Amino acid sequence: MEALKQELKENIIEQLNLEDMSVEDIADDDMLFGDGLALDSIDALELIVMLDKNYGIKLTDPKEGRTIFESINTMAAYITEHRSK
Amino acid sequence: MSKGVAITGMGIISAIGNNVAENFQSLVEARKGISRISKIDTIHKDDIMVGEIAYSNLELEELLGLTPENNYSRTGLIGAIAAKEAIKNAGIKDINKYLTGIVSATSVGGMDMTEQHYYEYLESDTNRRYIASHHAGDSTQKIAEQLGIDKGLVTTISTACSSGANAIMLGARLIKSGQLDRVIVGGSDCMSKFTINGFKTLMILSDTYNTPFDENRKGLNLGEAAAFLVLESDTVIKAENKTVLGYVKGYGNANDAFHQTASSDHGDGATLAMEKALKIADFSAKDIDYINAHGTATGNNDLSEGRAIIRVFGEENIPEFSSTKAYTGHTLAAAGAIEAVYSILALQNNVIFPNLNFKTQMKEFNITPQLKLKEKTLKTVMSNSFGFGGNCSTVIFSKEQ
Amino acid sequence: MKKVYINSISSITAQKTFDNSEFLDKLIIHENQVVFAVEPNYKDYIPPAAARRMAKGIKMGVVASKMALQEANLEQVDAIITGTGMGCLRDSEKFLSAIIDNNEQFLTPTSFIQSTHNTVGGQVALELQCKGYNFTYVHGSNSFESGLLDAKMQLELDEAQNILVGGVDELGDHTTKLNKIIHHIKDEKISSMEILNSKTKGTVFGEGANFFVLSNKKQAFSYAEILSVKLFNTLDHTELNEIALSFLNDNHLSVEDIDTVVLGNNGDVEFDSHYYQLTSGIFKNTQQVCYKHLIGEFNTASPFGLWVASKILKNQTVPGALKKNDLATSSFKYILLYNMYRGENHSFILLKSC
Repeated sequence: MEALKQELKENIIEQLNLEDMSVEDIADDDMLFGDGLALDSIDALELIVMLDKNYGIKLTDPKEGRTIFESINTMAAYITEHRSK
Repeated sequence: MSKGVAITGMGIISAIGNNVAENFQSLVEARKGISRISKIDTIHKDDIMVGEIAYSNLELEELLGLTPENNYSRTGLIGAIAAKEAIKNAGIKDINKYLTGIVSATSVGGMDMTEQHYYEYLESDTNRRYIASHHAGDSTQKIAEQLGIDKGLVTTISTACSSGANAIMLGARLIKSGQLDRVIVGGSDCMSKFTINGFKTLMILSDTYNTPFDENRKGLNLGEAAAFLVLESDTVIKAENKTVLGYVKGYGNANDAFHQTASSDHGDGATLAMEKALKIADFSAKDIDYINAHGTATGNNDLSEGRAIIRVFGEENIPEFSSTKAYTGHTLAAAGAIEAVYSILALQNNVIFPNLNFKTQMKEFNITPQLKLKEKTLKTVMSNSFGFGGNCSTVIFSKEQ
Repeated sequence: MKKVYINSISSITAQKTFDNSEFLDKLIIHENQVVFAVEPNYKDYIPPAAARRMAKGIKMGVVASKMALQEANLEQVDAIITGTGMGCLRDSEKFLSAIIDNNEQFLTPTSFIQSTHNTVGGQVALELQCKGYNFTYVHGSNSFESGLLDAKMQLELDEAQNILVGGVDELGDHTTKLNKIIHHIKDEKISSMEILNSKTKGTVFGEGANFFVLSNKKQAFSYAEILSVKLFNTLDHTELNEIALSFLNDNHLSVEDIDTVVLGNNGDVEFDSHYYQLTSGIFKNTQQVCYKHLIGEFNTASPFGLWVASKILKNQTVPGALKKNDLATSSFKYILLYNMYRGENHSFILLKSC
C-alpha cells in the first residue's frame, strides 16, 4: 500500500505537471481537489486515464471520480480493491 | 450605426441534407442525421454516434470539378459546396462587381488530411501536397478561389464552437462600417479523428442519440457541416433590387472568463452575449420570438445556457426555444453558421423546429424546449453559440430591417 | 470617427526583444534554418498553477499580453483579439501523435484542450477576468492583420477604448520537419546576416509573440497613430506598385511622404520578388527596413514589423541591422508596412508619429 501511494504521488506530479512539487509535499490525506492541491476538472480527467492505463480500472462517468480522487488514501484504497493490472 | 445588414443568400451541407431545401425538409419532418460513423476508421465506432455528410471526398471533388491533384481538405470541400450554393441563391453573377470579402470559421481546418498522412509525409511524396493545406486559413483560401474572390478581404476565425457565429458578427460589422459592400460569412468543419478523440477524452460524447435539455442527457454527438450566408449592404440591395431573406439585427460576443472548457454555473458569458446582442438590435427580451439554443446536450452546457436564458428573459417570459443539435450533431465551428441558416428558415416559414429526443424535464429549472413542430408568426430569432476558452456568442436575425 | 493609437508594445522573439528598454542593441546572430524565441522568465508573469499546462506558444502569448498591459498602465482592457497562423502547434502535434502512436487509447485531455486555436485569447481573458469581446483570427500571414483591422473598427466607432491585440505562433518539431521536406524551410544553414541576400528557395522559420494595446485615447507615451490597415487575399506582383500608390492615395499621401517602408522580406528567392517590385519601384528612393532575418518567418512575424515601426517612430532612429538600403532619414513621420507570405495574404499598414 505504501509503495502504491508513493507511486501515485510520483505519477500525479509527472502527469499533471506539478513542477514545483515533490512527493514529500503531498500528505496521504491531503485533499487533492479544493483546498489541498487545488486540482481541477481537467486533472480529474487525467486521473481517470491514469486509472485505466496503469491499473486497468475503467470509469465511465467523471462523477465517479469525485469520491475516489478525494485523497491519496482514497485513491490507493480504490485501486487496491479494483485493479486488474 | 443605422446601416442594415441584409441576408440575400444561404447555402448549407450537413448530416440532414446537401442543400438548404433538403435541410429544411429534414427539420420539418423531424428527421435526424445521426448514425454510426462510416467514413472514419476509429476504435470508438461502437461507442459514439455522429452526424456525417452523405458525400465522400471523391464525390465532393467531382461536384466541384476538381482535378485529382487538388489539395482540398474535407473542410475546404464542404465549405466550397455550401458557399457556392449561397452565391447562387443570392443571384450573384459577377462576384467582383461589388467590394466582396469572405469571413469563414473553422476549428479542424485540414486536420483530416494531416491525421491520415502525418508520418507518411516523411517517407513518401504521394500526399505531400496536403501539408500546406493543414492550416485553418487554407480552407477559406480555397473557398475564396472557388467563388472568384481574389483581391478582397479574406479571413478566418477560430474561437472553437462559437466560430461560425463570430464570422457572421464580423461580417455584419464590416458591412455596417462600410469596409465591404458584400461579404460571404459562415463556417466549415469536417469530421476528424482528432476531434472525436479530443471530445472522447473530455468524456462528453454520448454513446447514443444526443438529447438536448433532457435531465438524463449523456453528452453530445459530433457532426460535420458547412454553411454560408451572403450579407449585403443597403446600397447593393437598392441598386440590384434584391430579395432579402432576413437581416442580421444584433450580435454580441463575451467571455465567460471562468474555465478553459466548462461554462460557468450560471452562464455569465452567455448572459452577457445575449444582452449585448439585444442592445445592438435595440430590442428588449420580449422582442425575441424564438431562440435557437446552443443546446449541445452536455450536462454542463444545457444547465448553464438554460440558466442564462432565464436570467435574460425571466422564467415566465421565455419564448419557444429548441436546439437543433439532435438533428445534426455538434458541428463545432460550423454550428453558428448552420444554425443561422435554420434561424432564417424559421423566419421565412414561420415555423419553430422541434427539440428532438427530449423525454425528461431537467430538475434544476422549469423551462422546457419546444418539442413539436410549431407554426408561429416569427419576426425575430436569437441564435446562441458557445465555445471553449469561455467564448460566448449570440446573433439575432429579423424579418424586417 | 476616433483616431487609433498604439499605446504599448511587447515582443518575444528570437532576439532579446522582451526587454523593451532596448531596441535591438545586442543582436543574436543565428546560423540555423530554424530559430527559437529567447524566453523571458515566465514565472514572473504566470502563476505556477496556470503555467503547468501551457506549451511555449501559450506562455509567450500570455506573457507578452501581460507586458503590453503593464506598459500601457492598464489592469483591464475592453477586448482581446489574437492572431495565430498555426495555432497551438505543440499541443496539436502532441495530441495527434498520441492518437496515432497509441491507436486512440489512453489519451488525456490536456493537450487537446490546449490545442484549440483560441487558447491564448481564452487564457488571457481568464487571468484578467476580462469578460469582453474575445476573437481569434487564424488566417495565415494575415491572422494578426485581421485582428488589427477588427480592433481599429471598434476603436474608431468608440465601441471599445482599449483593446489588446497580438499575434503568436510557436515552432513544432514535426511541422518543422514537414516544412523542410516541402522546402518552405531552406535546405541549407544560413546566418541571420545573409538571409536577405539569399538566392535559394525557402526561408528560415522562427516563432514569437508580439502584443499591443491599441486605444482611441492618445497618451504621452503613445508610439504611433494607426492611419490605415488593408488586407488583400492575392495580388499579382506586377500590380503591387499601383496598389501601394492607391493605398497611399486613399490616405491623402504620396510616396515622398513616406519616411520608411518596413518590409517582410524573408530571403525566399521565389517570393521576395514581391518586395523587390516596391524597393526597385516606387520606394527606390525611400529608406527600406527589413526584420524577418533577425527573428525568422512565421505567420505572425509581421506584428514584429509593427513593433519595429513603433520603436522607430518613438525613438526616431533605425538600428543598423534593420536597414535594407543606405538611404538615411533624419526624422520619421510616416511609415508604411507591407507584408505577404508565399504570394498570399498581403497587407499594408500605415503609421504616423504622434
